[in-house]
Amino acid sequence: MQTNVHTEVEASGLGLDSYPQTETTLQPVTKTTGPEAGKRLNGDALFRYLTTFFALSILAILALMLVEMTSESLPAIRKFGWQFVTGSNWDAVQGDFGALPYLWGSVISSVLALLLATPLSIGAALFITEIAPKSLSGMIAPLIELLAAIPSVIYGLWGVLVMAPWLQSTVEPFLSERFGFLPFFAGAPYGVSMLAAVFILMIMVVPIITSITKEVLLAVPQSQKEAAIALGATRWEMIKMSILPYGRSGILGAAILGLGRAVGETMAVTMVIGNAPKISLSLLSPAYTMPSVIANEFAEATSKLHSSALMEIGLILLVVTLVINALARLLIWSVSRDSGGAA
Amino acid sequence: MFQRIRKGIVAVAALAAFVAAGTAHAETLINGAGATFPYPLYSKWFAEYAKIDPGVKFNYQSIGSGGGIKQISAQTVDFGASDKFLSDQELTAAPAKLLHIPTVMGAVVVTYNLPGVAKGLKLSSEVLADVYEGKIASWNDARIAKDNAGQKLPAKPIIVVHRSDGSGTTSIFTDYLSSVSPTWAQSIGKGTSVKWPVGLGGKGNEGVAGQIKTTPYTIGYVELAYAFENKLPYAFLKNREGHFVEPSIASTTAAAAGAAKQMPADYRISLVNQPGKNAYPIVGFTWLLIYQDQKDKAKAKKLVEFLNWELKQGQKMAGKLLYAPLPANVAKMVEKTVKSIR
Repeated sequence: MQTNVHTEVEASGLGLDSYPQTETTLQPVTKTTGPEAGKRLNGDALFRYLTTFFALSILAILALMLVEMTSESLPAIRKFGWQFVTGSNWDAVQGDFGALPYLWGSVISSVLALLLATPLSIGAALFITEIAPKSLSGMIAPLIELLAAIPSVIYGLWGVLVMAPWLQSTVEPFLSERFGFLPFFAGAPYGVSMLAAVFILMIMVVPIITSITKEVLLAVPQSQKEAAIALGATRWEMIKMSILPYGRSGILGAAILGLGRAVGETMAVTMVIGNAPKISLSLLSPAYTMPSVIANEFAEATSKLHSSALMEIGLILLVVTLVINALARLLIWSVSRDSGGAA
Repeated sequence: MFQRIRKGIVAVAALAAFVAAGTAHAETLINGAGATFPYPLYSKWFAEYAKIDPGVKFNYQSIGSGGGIKQISAQTVDFGASDKFLSDQELTAAPAKLLHIPTVMGAVVVTYNLPGVAKGLKLSSEVLADVYEGKIASWNDARIAKDNAGQKLPAKPIIVVHRSDGSGTTSIFTDYLSSVSPTWAQSIGKGTSVKWPVGLGGKGNEGVAGQIKTTPYTIGYVELAYAFENKLPYAFLKNREGHFVEPSIASTTAAAAGAAKQMPADYRISLVNQPGKNAYPIVGFTWLLIYQDQKDKAKAKKLVEFLNWELKQGQKMAGKLLYAPLPANVAKMVEKTVKSIR
């Protein structure tokens, strides 16, 4: 699903020049007449059916998942209705379930992480593509891709053993002393908190957004840049006028991919967020996310209603991911339509 | 041509017969699933037992007590394992009569990070319950200080840590809090995951222990074995008879010995807060769940043989792995129950 967004972005926004060419070279093959034409047509037809089947199977898997999760979560849906999404009481002993704190935690942590990560990533990608000398960028780029491949549990371990204590001893006391009058920084510093989750997500998302943004920026045609420079633009003006507008839809797609990763991230967040299902404006207080509660409670959920409620959270998570992807498509579509250069 | 085919068929049939005979002679595979807490001990038992009877092989998946109960109820495994006994409702919902076979006991210890206070902070049951309810919020509270004369208790807020994942450890701990505090029993109750009034959640024993190690002024609970192996400081808890007891293998076994008199025939008993001068208060059985009437009689025979071995030789291995063995009088009772498996 999420990689789809990316490839779509590249296809619609960037790879355009090469498209007509490949089509014209392919066409004559199917139109050939003669003794060998039948054989080739069969091969083509087979290939077509095969690829159609593969494409449809992805849709089928998604549909199956939706059906299965809905049927598993039916007991909870029947019992709680919309109160499941609006309620904030989660009590497995009494059999009362409301998922709002988890929804809140997931949305806030990933959106904040994305807001912090996107400018950082664009900056890093611009440095690699435009500013750094070739030898340096050749070293940095693979390292960033390596960062994206590190398993999340390792980020989590680092988060809980190194980052959280550091947050607790230095950053959070500073925030609560200086800015404690704001509701966002109120409360005692625990280390593990919403803030820790935002930071760890930001660190995990930056390599992904950076490496995709880098590819997007590399695809900006040299002629665009040269035109700007020929008009007397400085390097910054060249970046601002020709590179960023051209890559806008691609960068947006990269950010959305990052958001997808952040929303679904389970292990690292579970380890640093503190796992307390409370809705608090303060970044210093512990919170909880949807994937975390599933990972935490599913194995030992003995009552039917409890596991059904967890399934419903999974369903909501799936729907949230689908909505994010749909919004991303809409956004990319509207952006690329507005700026004629990119589309 | 036909002859060759016929020969081929004969050869294949012979091979098939040979393979069939081979599997019949080879090992019986007994599948189990459930609790993670006794997993290290069970795998040790299965490895040792393989040396005694190579004809039987155990396959145990430590998927959690909840999973164990689900799997045995669905009859997808030969035995389940759980740190929590089944309710009457769950037992009647099961397709046939399920037996609870207690194997060993575990204890939950209260650990903390208090600069200046080593192990041996003394806590009474009421104080512990009030700390977890958020009613006692500071380390220098008069009620904590009362039991700890001579200790310098800091004027810092208490940071409560609990397990975020559903676990048998939480089940035993909340069972204890429910039995000592009526308000806890009423407003929160007991279970593998409960609605905690205060505190932070750590995933697994290692999550709770990690939180406590890195953060001063925290308090939390972990399994006894985990606390001992990682040399965590632990509290002495006041038991039912008013003594402050150090958690240990001996004091854990003492709790079950104290409960032996009122032991029900199906062993579905909570061992928290049991009588006995040396009984540690936060203790629980872990059980195997086995159908009394087995479908596969050969398997049943092997299973019973193993259980009898486990109750004699197996118990001796428990202590080394920091599990508390069954007291002798309880082990005798369990032997009788094992005989009833057919």
